[in-house]
Amino acid sequence: MNLWYALPLLVAVSLVYSATRNEHWKPILSHAVRFGVWVVGLMLAVMVVLTAMNWLG
Amino acid sequence: MSTKTMPAEAASREAETLDIELRDPLLAAFLAWLVPGGGHLYQGRTGKGILFMVCILGTFFYGFYLGGGRVVYAAWNVEDHRWAYPCQLGAGLPALPALVQAQRARTGRGPLWGGFMAPPRDGQELRNWHFHLHSYFELGTAYTMIAGLLNVLVIYDAYAGPMIILPQQRKRKPREGPKQDRRKRGGEGVQDNSQGKESQDVNSQDVGADA
Repeated sequence: MNLWYALPLLVAVSLVYSATRNEHWKPILSHAVRFGVWVVGLMLAVMVVLTAMNWLG
Repeated sequence: MSTKTMPAEAASREAETLDIELRDPLLAAFLAWLVPGGGHLYQGRTGKGILFMVCILGTFFYGFYLGGGRVVYAAWNVEDHRWAYPCQLGAGLPALPALVQAQRARTGRGPLWGGFMAPPRDGQELRNWHFHLHSYFELGTAYTMIAGLLNVLVIYDAYAGPMIILPQQRKRKPREGPKQDRRKRGGEGVQDNSQGKESQDVNSQDVGADA
């Protein structure tokens, strides 16, 4: 499965989530960027853990 | 008609308030469910309404396209418990044809609109869909489910305004000793003055920086 399919979801979820917590464009966009980076970091961490488990197993 | 007043975002860095006219919140929530972003357009929050509409409908229809037009249907029988549909129904009007098709299938009538959003006739047809679409069936299902679930957040935003997390709601461990704490408060002791100006300044700096 191509990981690029995650990108539209990441953008949509970040924008919608941050727009439900702010009212103006500037904080919405900055919050969306931070949230997107956080989600990518979480996904990378999970990937590292799963890869490590695969090597060790 | 309802108006919500709350501290402004961190970007302003000022202790100002934000007035949002929610008009009729229940009607706005219903419109937000029916058409994602519709409730915000009704309230005059045009920018957010268009943002929600583009993001949620775009996600929903892209997932529908990825799934070959087969991933949004309602069925609950011994062969297929379509638990994804309640999530997809959160997207409102775009998912409603599936209810019509499910009702027709339940009463033994043929599907309408060339089988658009109709449930599979039996388990064999469902297995054929999975075989031909491969993982795109699950991918399309995930996209459409997430679109519906995101709209739940949007419905709440239309009903009650943005869910800004105030600093008072956070649980923070005290980082300083009692001497420093008293000094910061100007020697007024350790009484809670959360309604005072200091608290308002903290609000304006922290709100919106809660990612």
